Amino acid sequence: MYPRKFDYVAPSSLDEAFEALGDDSKVMAGGMSLIPLMKLRLFSPALVVDIARIPGLDTLDDKGDHITIGALVRHAETAASDLIRSNAAALSTAAALTGDVQVRNRGTTCGTMAHADAVADQPAGALACGAVMIAQSASGTREIPASEFFVDSLTSALNPDEILTSIRIPKSGDGEGSAYDKLGRRGGRSDYAVAGAAAWVKRSNGSITEARVAVTGIGTKPTLAEGVAEALIGTDGSASAVEAAAERALEGVTVLEDLYGSEEYKSHLAKVYAKRAINQALASI
Amino acid sequence: MATTSVMGGSVRRREDPALIQGMGTYVDDLQPTGVLQVAFMRSPVARAKITSLDTSKAKEMPGVAAIYTHEDVAHLGPLLAQVQIGKLRPLLADGEVNHMGEAIAMVVAENRYQAQDAAEAIDVEFDVVKPIIDLKEAASDAAKVHDELDSNILHTWTYHGYWDALGLEDQTPQVDAAMERDDAVVVSLEMKNQRLIPVAIEPRSVMAEYNPGYGRFTVHSSTQVPHALGGAISKTFGMIASDVRVIAPEVGGGFGSKLNVYNDEILAAFAAKDLGRPVKWTETRREAASSTIHGRGWVGTATIVGTKDGEFLGYKLHALADMGAYSQNFTVAIPLLGLWIASGQYKMPVSWTVDCVVTNTMTTDAYRGAGRPEAIYYLERIIDAYAREIGMDPFEVRKKNFWQPDEFPALMGCGFALDSGDYASNVDKLMEKADYAGLLRMRDQARDEGRLVGVGVGSYVEVCGFGPAVLAEIGFSWSEYGLPASFNGSGLVRVNPDATVTVVIGTGPSGQGHETTWAQIVGDGLGIPVDKVRVLHGDTREHPMGIGTFGSRSVAVDGAATYEATLKVREKAAKIAAHLLEASATDIVFENGGAHVAGSPAPRVEWEAIAKAAYQAHTSPEDVESGLEAHTSFSPGNATWPFGSHIALVEVDPDTGNVELLRYVGVDDCGNEINPMIVNGQIHGGIAQGVGQAMFEDAVYDSDGNLLTGSLLDYPLPTAADLPSFELDRTVTPTDVNPMGVKGVGEAGTIGTAHTIVNAVVDALEPLGVKHVDMPLRPKRVWQAIQEARG
Ligand SMILES: Cc1cc2nc3c(=O)[nH]c(=O)nc-3n(C[C@H](O)[C@H](O)[C@H](O)COP(=O)(O)OP(=O)(O)OC[C@H]3O[C@@H](n4cnc5c(N)ncnc54)[C@H](O)[C@@H]3O)c2cc1C
Repeated sequence: MYPRKFDYVAPSSLDEAFEALGDDSKVMAGGMSLIPLMKLRLFSPALVVDIARIPGLDTLDDKGDHITIGALVRHAETAASDLIRSNAAALSTAAALTGDVQVRNRGTTCGTMAHADAVADQPAGALACGAVMIAQSASGTREIPASEFFVDSLTSALNPDEILTSIRIPKSGDGEGSAYDKLGRRGGRSDYAVAGAAAWVKRSNGSITEARVAVTGIGTKPTLAEGVAEALIGTDGSASAVEAAAERALEGVTVLEDLYGSEEYKSHLAKVYAKRAINQALASI
Repeated sequence: MATTSVMGGSVRRREDPALIQGMGTYVDDLQPTGVLQVAFMRSPVARAKITSLDTSKAKEMPGVAAIYTHEDVAHLGPLLAQVQIGKLRPLLADGEVNHMGEAIAMVVAENRYQAQDAAEAIDVEFDVVKPIIDLKEAASDAAKVHDELDSNILHTWTYHGYWDALGLEDQTPQVDAAMERDDAVVVSLEMKNQRLIPVAIEPRSVMAEYNPGYGRFTVHSSTQVPHALGGAISKTFGMIASDVRVIAPEVGGGFGSKLNVYNDEILAAFAAKDLGRPVKWTETRREAASSTIHGRGWVGTATIVGTKDGEFLGYKLHALADMGAYSQNFTVAIPLLGLWIASGQYKMPVSWTVDCVVTNTMTTDAYRGAGRPEAIYYLERIIDAYAREIGMDPFEVRKKNFWQPDEFPALMGCGFALDSGDYASNVDKLMEKADYAGLLRMRDQARDEGRLVGVGVGSYVEVCGFGPAVLAEIGFSWSEYGLPASFNGSGLVRVNPDATVTVVIGTGPSGQGHETTWAQIVGDGLGIPVDKVRVLHGDTREHPMGIGTFGSRSVAVDGAATYEATLKVREKAAKIAAHLLEASATDIVFENGGAHVAGSPAPRVEWEAIAKAAYQAHTSPEDVESGLEAHTSFSPGNATWPFGSHIALVEVDPDTGNVELLRYVGVDDCGNEINPMIVNGQIHGGIAQGVGQAMFEDAVYDSDGNLLTGSLLDYPLPTAADLPSFELDRTVTPTDVNPMGVKGVGEAGTIGTAHTIVNAVVDALEPLGVKHVDMPLRPKRVWQAIQEARG
């Protein structure tokens, strides 16, 4: 577990960071995933650009109709924020269920998005809550909807020269609620997701008018289960309606077997957790 | 004669301030001037011929001091092992590799990064051969792992035939006859006791230095057995034993994984001598997973036969035990430890056969419990299945078949006698503590609501405190490493001239708290406060003879020796005190740091005066030699046999198969306790590791021999957050095997736990008709069992 040789810079501004970034570089935020991969020599960037000393990236801000989570906001801060809990409970819970105390105190919410691990928790929350990723580089700023951000296992829509400077989450309005639930690798909710789901729902006059449900842990990337949302909209959110909608959790997902579950089991879990997340989201309204 | 003011007290651990604050010294902390670092180039494949191995390019890499391959070290022979059945490990791969992670080349460089870079630059070509991984396939001998061996089955242990000299009766006919009885209930299950990776918090680490002027080695190693390592090095290099000094500084956990002499330790010594510089290697977590010994790895069928009303008539086990590719220290002997407790706490005939099978995987050897958790698992699982079959309470069934208190020492069919026990009282205490009846009511109520709640019970007896000298007759010894043939314990107690006490022991801690426990034994025996006692360990120069810490033996054997040495010192001190007080030695009592005549607290002499007098000939009695120390060796006549019973309460989520461990209650019996807090700590850790096996851990090789669980990312361990608060209590049944009446507690928790948890989950799934689920009880497996039961 000794990395190959690499150079390291810790720029003090975004501009300096953009200048340093190139094809063979990696941004480092909390280092919780980057460092282990480098130690295993699975990632061997020539240059590590540590963004920890760039001012202004460590805040979680109320911007009126939305919230921004800066690139240096740790999982623990996302989990502890009342602002996130009341507006994006799915993301809040996902952050609280990420790793252990040490990981939550170092790892960043933006970092787990950029890392795009297929078994990560918070990406599902971001998908369900309709987050928008703000990617900046020397050539400007791109706003990438979460639904287009997760491309493949460990691959996001970011270019090598871009930094995910913040995430934008819409504030929730009347009749809206969200939730995240998972089965962890060590059983219960502990450790990476064997399967997990986040749901965001809007209900008015007794029926569901909008919904987003995302599943994680089961395939190559955290994915929006559009079929579930489609099936849910227009229903009254009754137990049977939710159950029926959750049946569509696998549409558009390639389920992969791993040490923690067969294809059959993971397929089953995706439905169970889609159902649980929707029910919890509905109950929270 | 001993006072009990300190013995039995939860004295806080004197080692903790350093360990908890990160101030302990471990091998990897040592940075002597000029130290070189090692990286191994290891096999990425399970089985292959090495068709070419070219280190020339790597040797040119920056910082590289040397790269060694088999030819360089062939003259040293293979790695020494105590039990030499099977193929011994070559120090570096000899033209072929036989498991993933086998060391092929050793790179020594100025720093670890350069060493790793150079290891990566070594050119090697393999002619890959299909490995033999599956135990049953290996046991069939359809293809052989090592051409030079007659069979993949290295050895077969049988209950009556493991030691010819004992002339034991083969009880198989009795068991078979019982099965033919009209009233016989026969229950049989094939079960796996999966392979585990011992994960010590401190990875193994070794640093060797050689001084050509003195012709001496000094080797620091994170080992449970410094004396064995010293013996192995002196033997390998043809040296006088005293010219090799091995030091085990702090050892951060071992669980048996450091109860081995490893090739890397010998190779570090070799390189240090060859290069004339200190050489250090610390394993990475990946290497710890692939190249430090594994444990368990059994598959077997257990069968019990009994009457309809719960009387056991016989027990049978046939299992295959995975030895891995090469035999190291005790590899093939590990199942033998299970054999001795094959019948558990029960009176019944036993037919027990374990085949030791070689495969293309990492070597297995002792891992916390070593053979005993496996043996007890099969027995206690099948008893549980039998109790279900006849519809009797599982504790009732056990109690009906326990050895009774008046039957001890209880001679078992394996030739050993259980020393002491009161098994039924132990169970009664547990049932009361856990409110067993209440738990069952709660379970039944939950069942009525359609919830899957289970109450699991389990008992165990273990064999520890190794050991009786006769074991040497069957190779259970350390003689191959130049140590005494029997497992003697030893202890040296010295009251210094300033009345402080130095204790030197031949066994050292890897977390167990020896420095505190031994201070209690000696301080209590002498009437000197424990904080004036210092315990030295882990340096072969300080203490020439010591076997090490393993098999829950330290207190019962080396502790007993230290206790006897304490009594000798005390006897001598009494003579001196009597001389100073002008009284008779037999009337002297020690109390509060001094001595006086029994019944009259004044006049008294303080230990300071006694110690001073002891070291100046003119003030000590004429017939007493100057000085105040004693060294004692202790050889127990029997092993010790701790026991206990546990209860687990679980709930299974029928939709996901997730198992939630709600309560865990245990009543253990390790005889007399010296420090109940330390005993608790040992049981806590043991239970956690038992839960680890039952629910989380699984070392998995795929059919190509790739270790799929080579990092902690894929080898989940239980953390405090995953466990309930354990509810513990004890019964106390002292042993007469040693003078302190102590039995040993290092492995008890692990031996008592795995089956208790599985029994609980099977109980939860009983309404569905599930009879067994193999460990680890990951949600996927439990869900699968539920699916299959529902059809
Ligand atoms: C012991 C352990 C347990 C864990 N358990 C869980 C778990 O249960 N659930 C879970 O979801 N995750 C878990 N993780 C993973 C962890 O939560 C995240 O992957 C990690 O925190 C990512 O954030 P980071 O800030 O540490 O990113 P880093 O490790 O610094 O970076 C990760 C990747 O993202 C890129 N990156 C990071 N920030 C940015 C940015 N702002 N812009 C562009 N690229 C960026 C890096 O270049 C790198 O490729 C665990 C990790 C560990 C070590």
